[in-house]
Amino acid sequence: MYNIMTKKEYEKYAEKIAPKSNVVRNTARAFVVGGLICVVGQVITNLLKSKGYDMDDTSNLTALIMILIGIIFTGLNVYDELGKFAGAGSIVPITGFANSIVSPAMEFKSEGYIMGVGAKMFVIAGPVLVYGISASVVIGIIYYLLNF
Amino acid sequence: MASKKNGKQTVKIESPVSIAATAAIVGPKEGDGPLRLYFDMIIDDELWGEKSWEKAESKIVKETFSRLLSKADKTTGDIDYVIAGDLLNQCIAANFGLRDSEIPFFGVFGACSTIAESMQLGTMLIDGGYADNVVALTSSHFCSAEKQFRFPLELGTQRPPTSQWTVTGSGAVLLTNQGSGPYITYLTTGKIVDMGIKDSNNMGAAMAPAAVDTIATHFKDTGLPIDYYDLIVTGDLGLVGKTICADLLKRHGFDISDRYNDCGVMIFDCKRQDVHSGGSGCACSATVFTGFIYHEIMKGNLNRVLFVPTGALMSTTSTQQGESIPAIAHAVSVERVLSS
Repeated sequence: MYNIMTKKEYEKYAEKIAPKSNVVRNTARAFVVGGLICVVGQVITNLLKSKGYDMDDTSNLTALIMILIGIIFTGLNVYDELGKFAGAGSIVPITGFANSIVSPAMEFKSEGYIMGVGAKMFVIAGPVLVYGISASVVIGIIYYLLNF
Repeated sequence: MASKKNGKQTVKIESPVSIAATAAIVGPKEGDGPLRLYFDMIIDDELWGEKSWEKAESKIVKETFSRLLSKADKTTGDIDYVIAGDLLNQCIAANFGLRDSEIPFFGVFGACSTIAESMQLGTMLIDGGYADNVVALTSSHFCSAEKQFRFPLELGTQRPPTSQWTVTGSGAVLLTNQGSGPYITYLTTGKIVDMGIKDSNNMGAAMAPAAVDTIATHFKDTGLPIDYYDLIVTGDLGLVGKTICADLLKRHGFDISDRYNDCGVMIFDCKRQDVHSGGSGCACSATVFTGFIYHEIMKGNLNRVLFVPTGALMSTTSTQQGESIPAIAHAVSVERVLSS
């Protein structure tokens, strides 16, 4: 075989040739877009509060409305473009979580509502739910023991 | 030793095998690229009136096949074998696209190198006296490939700069023993090469060593000088893989840089079309060859071309299990006239 490098050397060599992501630009975009999504959330929260909802209702309704916005923008084929621009800025907020559930649901509709939409809906969000809920259980136990 | 073998991995085709016709259908993004004028047809949208990406890909296969036959003025009864494959699990694009063709069928898989694999096998069938006319065909579809290998289309993620864009389309070649060129003269069949790259978003780096191995072996087996060819063209290494391939070959003493290109770099305007490192997929090398390269040979702008499609032989399961990416490259020599 025509080979002048070990696998280790080749990995380093290939890494050197590969173009790098622009971290400064990507971080700035994520900061701005993520911040703007939070501003939208804050506006909704303030509006709900001014309508007389209490704090619990306000935060629940705000989350629901933000999820709805994420779903609608995914369905309109806009959220993937936003994600391409903003990266983590649009993945981390709850709108990104909605996008991660709706996008596979749309994609796998061609395999039917049971094995397609139903089974594949959580293919991306599934691990987040499993480990998110598991972590909250562990933290809950620690909290309980500390207050015991 | 088999009489037609020429060195370790190369065979010399003695009886003239011609490419009688080619056909290429591509998607809208490819139709917006620099090679748009070379394709037979550009579809307007990626579903093409079908209900799923997979059905659309099969329709592209079917239409490319029938367009090839009509361009060559042949009927299905004239074709002895079809050799075809694609990227989808169990090669369903080819299986479903050709299920009504009523022609003996070989389904093959060489990932994005499939067009070279099918052209090599077809040429050997004709040279061996087993067939007069063989069709070699492959396809890929950006959406069906993303669905199978990566993420849903509407998921808001960023693609890394080394990633490549799967070409939507299909390319088909009619091989015959009755034509008058361009001729297939040498076939160098590649070995599986794995240099340990695990990042499925950097296929160029994973496949480049396979292309290096096949190209170097081709020149060693045949004893031909590099300037025998006007163009040496790899399949879908993209910008990253192309750089690696040219550099490694130079280090081995094969400086091909003045006559080297890559189909993944040629099919898109990488910056304007935002495809990062370039195109990929079975249809990448297939449509660039059947569209651009074949027509340039027919026009006389190219006389001898070494066509080296490359393939990454991993699956989503192997990637999730942490395996590295084995790769392959097959070389096909295409010459406008036969040298005496």
